[in-house]
Amino acid sequence: MTERVIEISGLRKSYGDLEAVAGIDLHVDRGEVFALLGPNGAGKTTTTEILEGYLPRNGGEARVLGFDPAKGERSLKERIGIVLQSTGVDKFLTVRETIEMYGGYYPSQRPTDEVIEVVGLREKADTRVRQLSGGQQRRLDVAIALAGDPELLFLDEPTTGFDPNARRNAWEMVKNLASIGKTVWLTTHFMDEAQYLADRVAVIAKGRIVAEGTPDSIAGRDQMRTTVRFRLPAGAPAPPAAWGQVPTGDGGFLLEADDATRAVHDVTGWAIEQGLSLDLLEVTQPSLEDVYLQLTGGEEAD
Amino acid sequence: MGHVLRQIRFTNKAFWRNPASAFFTFAFPLLFLVIFTTLIGNDDVLLASGETIKSSTYYVFSMAAFGLISACYTNIAISVVFAREEGVLKRVRGTPMSAGAYLAARVAHAALVGFLLVAITVVFGVVVYQAHFPSGLDVVYFLISLVVGAGCFASIGLAVSGIVPNADAGPPIINAVMLPLLFLSGVFLTIPLDAPSWLLWIGRIFPVRHLVDAMQNSYLGLPFRWSDVAVMAAWTIGAGVVATRTFRWEPSR
Repeated sequence: MTERVIEISGLRKSYGDLEAVAGIDLHVDRGEVFALLGPNGAGKTTTTEILEGYLPRNGGEARVLGFDPAKGERSLKERIGIVLQSTGVDKFLTVRETIEMYGGYYPSQRPTDEVIEVVGLREKADTRVRQLSGGQQRRLDVAIALAGDPELLFLDEPTTGFDPNARRNAWEMVKNLASIGKTVWLTTHFMDEAQYLADRVAVIAKGRIVAEGTPDSIAGRDQMRTTVRFRLPAGAPAPPAAWGQVPTGDGGFLLEADDATRAVHDVTGWAIEQGLSLDLLEVTQPSLEDVYLQLTGGEEAD
Repeated sequence: MGHVLRQIRFTNKAFWRNPASAFFTFAFPLLFLVIFTTLIGNDDVLLASGETIKSSTYYVFSMAAFGLISACYTNIAISVVFAREEGVLKRVRGTPMSAGAYLAARVAHAALVGFLLVAITVVFGVVVYQAHFPSGLDVVYFLISLVVGAGCFASIGLAVSGIVPNADAGPPIINAVMLPLLFLSGVFLTIPLDAPSWLLWIGRIFPVRHLVDAMQNSYLGLPFRWSDVAVMAAWTIGAGVVATRTFRWEPSR
C-alpha cells in the first residue's frame, strides 16, 4: 500500500497579473525521489515554497504528510527538512555547532557526527562556516536539513554551482537518503541529475505540468524513434533508398527508425555485403534533455 | 524555555567570534568612556535636580546607558537585518523552532551583553574615578532601569529592523535613528539647564533621556521617578506593535 506523502490538486499561485502556478496536480509517494523540472520562472520554486509553508496559495489543494502546509504547524515542520535555493547560516559557528544547533530544534535529532559523515564534511567539522567553499556550504545546507531526521526532504536546486565532482558526491548522498527510505522532492534544471536520481519526474512550463512519468518513459521517450548515423568511406556506392536515410554531407547519413535493431542490421549487413567498413556508426535514443527541450518549447534549460 | 537558553548559548558563541559585533557593541562604549572622561576632565556638572557631581561620575552612568543602548538597540537591529538579508531567518522559519523563542533568545542575549557592559563601566568608574556606588534600594531601582531599558531599546531595534529595506541600508539608517538622539539626550555632552525648550521636549518624549535619568537617579541615590519607567514601557509597547507589523522573515524581492 503506497502512502501519498505529497498531494497537490488544482494548485494556483499568482503574483499580481502573473500566474506563476496555473493549476497543477501532482503527487509523491513515500520513498520516492520525485524531480520537478523546468526552466527558470516556470513555477518550480513557487510550488516548492508553497509545499514548504513559505508561500500561501491562491487556489487548489495541497497536502504534505497529511497537513495543510499553509497553516505552518509545528508537527509538520518537525517531519520535513528543507534545502532552500539560497539561505544563510551564521558564519561564525563551526560546521558541527551549526548542525548541532539546528538539529536541536527537532524532537528526533540525528547524531551530528553521522550527519557530517553523510554529507562528507568530516574534515571540515570544526571549521567555521565562513571558511567553507560554496560547494561545502551547500552540503552544509543539506546537513542542516537532515539534522532533524526528517521523513521528507525538499531540495530546491541542490547542486547549482557545484563542480562535477561535488555534484557526483551530492548525487550519491541523495541516493543514500532514498535507500534509507526518505522521500525526496527535488527541483533541478540539470537533466542528468533528474535522470540519475529521480524515480519519477514532472516537467513544468509556464506554471503548468506538461508531462509526467519516469525519466526513461516521460512523454513517450521510450516510444520515440531512434536515430542511426553512419558515414561511408570515400568511393562507396549509394545505400538503398528504401531505408529513408537523409544525407548529411561528407558521406554521412542520418536515419530515424522505429525499430533500431532492424535498422542497424540493415546498415551493417549491407556494408559487409559491399565489403565496406563504416567510418562512423552511432545509435542514439532521445535523451531526457531532448524530450525536455521539446516540451518546454526549446527554452533554455537555464 | 530550554530552547531559548540553548539558542542564547549559540547566539553568544557567534557574537564573540564576530569581530564587528564584538567591537562595535562591546569595545566601543568602553572606548568612549575612556575618551570622554580623559578629554573632558573632572569638572563639576550641575544636574537638573540641583545636585552637583563630578563629570567622571556623570559619564559612568551615561556611558553605561550608551552601552545598554548599543547592545540592545544597535546590535539587535543590525544583527536581525543581516540575519534576514542573508536568509538565516527564512531558514529558521522552516524549522520547528518557534519564532518567539528565537527572537526572545536574541533579545535576552543582547540584554545580557548590555548588563555586562554596564557592570564593567560601573566597576571602571569605581576603580578609576572612585565614583560613587549605589546601595540598598537604589540597587533595585538601578536594576529595574536596566531591565526596562533593555526591553525598550530591543523593541525599538526590532521595529527599526523591519523598516530597513536591505543590508546596505542597515547601519546608516540604524545609526541615523539613534545617534542624534543620543546627543540631544545628553548622553555624550551634558545638556545645559538653560537649553532651549525643544531640546528639553526631545528628552521628555524620547526614551533615551529617561533611561539616563532612571540610571542616574538610582545610581546617585536621588529620588527615583516611575515616570521614566512608564515612558520607556510605553515605547516598548509602541515599538513592539510596529515591529510585529513590519517584521519580515525574508529579504523583500
